[in-house]
Amino acid sequence: MGKVRVSELIEHFDLKLVSGEKGIEREIVTSDISRPGLEMAGFFTYYPAERMQLLGKTELSFFGALSKEDRLERTAKLCSDETPCIVVSRGLDIPQELIDAAHASNVPLLSSSLKTTRLSGLVTNYLETRLAPMTSVHGVLVDVYGVGVLLTGDSGVGKSETALELVKRGHRLVADDSVEIRQAGENELVGNAPELIQHLLEIRGLGIINVMTLFGAGAVRNYKKVSLIIHLEFWNPEKMYDRLGLEEDHTQMVDTPLPRLTLPVRPGRNLAVIVEVASMNFRLKKMGVHAAKQFSDRLNDALKENK
Amino acid sequence: MVEKEMTVNLKSGLQARPAALFVQEANKFNAYIYLVKGGKKVNAKSIMGIMSLAVGAEAPVTLIAEGADETEAVAALQAFVSQEHI
Repeated sequence: MGKVRVSELIEHFDLKLVSGEKGIEREIVTSDISRPGLEMAGFFTYYPAERMQLLGKTELSFFGALSKEDRLERTAKLCSDETPCIVVSRGLDIPQELIDAAHASNVPLLSSSLKTTRLSGLVTNYLETRLAPMTSVHGVLVDVYGVGVLLTGDSGVGKSETALELVKRGHRLVADDSVEIRQAGENELVGNAPELIQHLLEIRGLGIINVMTLFGAGAVRNYKKVSLIIHLEFWNPEKMYDRLGLEEDHTQMVDTPLPRLTLPVRPGRNLAVIVEVASMNFRLKKMGVHAAKQFSDRLNDALKENK
Repeated sequence: MVEKEMTVNLKSGLQARPAALFVQEANKFNAYIYLVKGGKKVNAKSIMGIMSLAVGAEAPVTLIAEGADETEAVAALQAFVSQEHI
């Protein structure tokens, strides 16, 4: 599980640091955001201290109506050791008690000019992306007819060469050799290249080539949803390969099962064309046309008639 | 499975050329070999993967190998990164 430092949040959202400078290296571990309205009213029983605390107009105007003692007591409780940071939206004036409490306990107190709801949405999105479970996979990610295809297989089986041919045919490269995959949402995996090797492809005998400068901006993508895994392996005469396409194989990646095809590699098999057709067939299945199933049904009918 | 922590002594770290030689060394073995740095795990037989980690001099890394020749693989790669110059 990833972590986001408060200093990164400040930089990303251009927040103003009002108090609690010493705590800017505190870590945010959850994408949930708390709006401590009830806490302001004195109910701290279920205070989610590990979340970022967001104060808007409602909370602050309620706070303004409290007595001096209540204010001191509640700001002290709000700024716990666990609290990653407190953010005030709309650039509202911040009560002195809160500034002092944040300073005393080193909880970063930040201010933003954005509206509360908007800020809450943006921060949740940002934290969700940053905190999403991630894994690094050995493979090549290409966008073929809009389908994110992850080519996997042992070193030297021809993943990069297949990707090059696909790029040549007008498809797009996302990442070569090392793909960072994160869970972007329920059943959604998004892959991108590590920044250092973005847009690069390594071809044995040629070395490293830059696909974007060679083939243009249309030949690359920075990230893509992964929909299909195509595993390349050297042809093994002992092994049974799928001849019908009626069954679907799945591989679990992070928390999502992905359909997976296994393609045997042999001289004379044009892998790029096969990958293209696999993607088209995948799209067709998504649209409800399943060639193998249709044929199987037709065969069933024929068998019944011939009884 | 063999897992071993080590430090990269190479003066230039795993720059492009040393990385290529490292990968070449790793490819001599049949075992699955991974290099881990800062929570990121990549296939040690893939040059782009190794380079994407940007392993600098004195960086602590972990080698993981799994397969028949795992012990030899880890020993050979440790010897490779523990030299200062190639």
